[in-house]
Amino acid sequence: MLTLTQRSVASPFSWTRLRPYLQVMPLVAVMMVFVVAPLCFVVAVSFFRYDNFEVIPDFSLENYQSVLTSHLTLSLYLTMLKLAAFTWVFTLLIGFSVAYFLVFHVRNRTVAIGLFLLCTVPFWTSNVIRMISWLPLLGKQGVINSALMFLGLTDKPLTFLLFSDFSVIVSYVHLFTIFMIVPIFNTMSRIDRSLFEAATDAGAGRFGTLVLVVLPLTKSGIVLGSIFVVTLVMGDFYVVRVMSGGTDASVVSAMYDDISTLLFPHAAASAVILVTLLTLMVAAILRVVNVRGELTGGR
Amino acid sequence: MKQKRSKTMLPKQGVESTAISRRKVLKGAAAAAGVAAGSGAITGFPTIWAQEIKDIVLRHQGVSYSVIQTIGDQAAKDLGFKVEMQNADTSTAIARFITQPNSVDIPDLEGWQTKVAVARGLVQAIDVKRIKQFDNILPIFTKGEYEGRKVSRQGISPYEVMYVEDKLSTKIVEGVHDWMTFLPQVYNADSIGYRPDLVGHSVTQWKELISPTFKGRSAILDVPNIGIMDAALALESAGIATYKNKGNMTKAEIDVTINALIDLKKKGQFRATWTTFEQSVELMAGGEVEIQSMWSPAVTAVLAKGIQCTYAPVNISADGKEGYRGWCNGMGLMRHLTGKKLDAAYEYLNWYYSGWQGAFVARHGYYSPVPSTAQKFMTPNEYDYWYLGKPASDVIKDPDGTPIAKAGAVRDGGSFIERFNNISCWNTVMDENQYMIQRWNEFKSA
Repeated sequence: MLTLTQRSVASPFSWTRLRPYLQVMPLVAVMMVFVVAPLCFVVAVSFFRYDNFEVIPDFSLENYQSVLTSHLTLSLYLTMLKLAAFTWVFTLLIGFSVAYFLVFHVRNRTVAIGLFLLCTVPFWTSNVIRMISWLPLLGKQGVINSALMFLGLTDKPLTFLLFSDFSVIVSYVHLFTIFMIVPIFNTMSRIDRSLFEAATDAGAGRFGTLVLVVLPLTKSGIVLGSIFVVTLVMGDFYVVRVMSGGTDASVVSAMYDDISTLLFPHAAASAVILVTLLTLMVAAILRVVNVRGELTGGR
Repeated sequence: MKQKRSKTMLPKQGVESTAISRRKVLKGAAAAAGVAAGSGAITGFPTIWAQEIKDIVLRHQGVSYSVIQTIGDQAAKDLGFKVEMQNADTSTAIARFITQPNSVDIPDLEGWQTKVAVARGLVQAIDVKRIKQFDNILPIFTKGEYEGRKVSRQGISPYEVMYVEDKLSTKIVEGVHDWMTFLPQVYNADSIGYRPDLVGHSVTQWKELISPTFKGRSAILDVPNIGIMDAALALESAGIATYKNKGNMTKAEIDVTINALIDLKKKGQFRATWTTFEQSVELMAGGEVEIQSMWSPAVTAVLAKGIQCTYAPVNISADGKEGYRGWCNGMGLMRHLTGKKLDAAYEYLNWYYSGWQGAFVARHGYYSPVPSTAQKFMTPNEYDYWYLGKPASDVIKDPDGTPIAKAGAVRDGGSFIERFNNISCWNTVMDENQYMIQRWNEFKSA
């Protein structure tokens, strides 16, 4: 009793101490309901068993065993990692160049912001439309093939243009580059211009300044953009399905096929593994670059 | 039920006889059912009945090619209560029937979904005596035979899952009984579609799908549980594999099939695979592929774009190869339906067999299990063309009014009886489903 009283005296009700917790409560509540709870549910189902379309609550490691010991899992992840790597390289190159141009080459800040907003215009239509609009361009009888054949450059349509890894990557780059541009643009904008003068004074050329000054200072933007792009690609199933003409499977499309015949526990186990791997990937990236520190300016 | 209805016993506006026979039907009185069937009281319900049911809303949910808004609107108009048509793909729909059974009244069911729905007690069985046209349903569905010939039992045929022994039974039984699990509504036989202008010869065998002639120009259906049957039909046709039951393969049979598919894929046989109706139409119309597994209305859709497309007749050959892959969707009654709402649901089910719907789906290239009533809602030319496979005596139009066949044209595959005598297997989910899906994805990612 005595200790209890003492403790309550020792920590009196303090509005200032409580306030930050109250302020994050709405977000916590939303995250609990829409992220944590469904995720817990998925984790729980991943241990269930099933039998002839019937899901049986249980604690079984069968699903994990089945997913983790299958060649399929490995080949699906390799496919997706390959696609993610290509997409990452191209979105980074394009995203970095666009951001660099907007921040350092467009002198007028209003024009720069205007051009930046212009980058988002294609995003006013849906992902699906933007993806499908590649079909008439890349198809056997599409614009590119017709043009090539008209010019006599080929006598047969190039089939690798559509329903291939090529068309999948083209779509990804088209869809996801904006997620690279935005964070890089953001970090670049905050680089102190006097650093350029210092770099020039110290004898660095344009390329030297880019590599030694701009690149290190936009690291956090690049990392954020990379996280967006890599997780979007790894979690995709629709772009792969349509743009590969269904000749490629993704980690998520395999889950979709499971769910289509009610193999929920198996799909859940597969989902838990994907979430775990992506979390590890993001954690690894964040260990290399201290994004929070760079964003708040602290080191 | 009795006390509820007592206040409605007062006959109004001289519709007494109809009112009484209707009410008896609704009570499920077997004797009266026959009488009512003759009265043809599909429209113009008695006022009292109309007042009782006008607030009822039936929610019919399922795939877009079976649960069709236009049909629901017409039913609502004829029956006097509201019908909500809700579309979802097969997997979403069955998941919803399971997780939110009270949010659906009439589930759209195909064979394997019926199996799940019955085993899990999601539906109540349909009283055969309350289905007026029951005796006119083609025996393909009710007895598993036609004109003495047994209909294929490979896969899940409608007859296979048709009956239970009583209203709330969860066990599907063999043989004809008084309680139906689902009421067949629309069905067809799937086959190969091809571009005659590009292929250059007529196709009647599945092996053409995997023939080196069409390397890089063929496509296959990518819904694993039925795509594998198309593949099996092709492999069987080419003499690469044999099956005991293409609709329920053993692991070894699955391995043979998938390994062959992977081999074909590595050789560049498949230009694409498709998952939706629209994709199959685009692949064909855009010239990406010349031959692919295809659905009849998709062929019609390609034709409507003014592009030549033929639906290959793949009649079963003397050695048992070839044949169509059949499918059938029907309507169930969710278990929560009782009282007036259940009565309305029976009215709705009966309405499907009254002809309007049968005529409507026929113009899409599908069929009704009760052709005799559908005939009344079609011109003789339409019925001859769509159902009997005779040459059209006049222009044939699709439901939107676009002409799709000239006078003299014959529907591919002949009459519906010819088609259904040539069904090799039915849409299914196999016992080794999980293994099959895993291996199918190996084919996809190869």
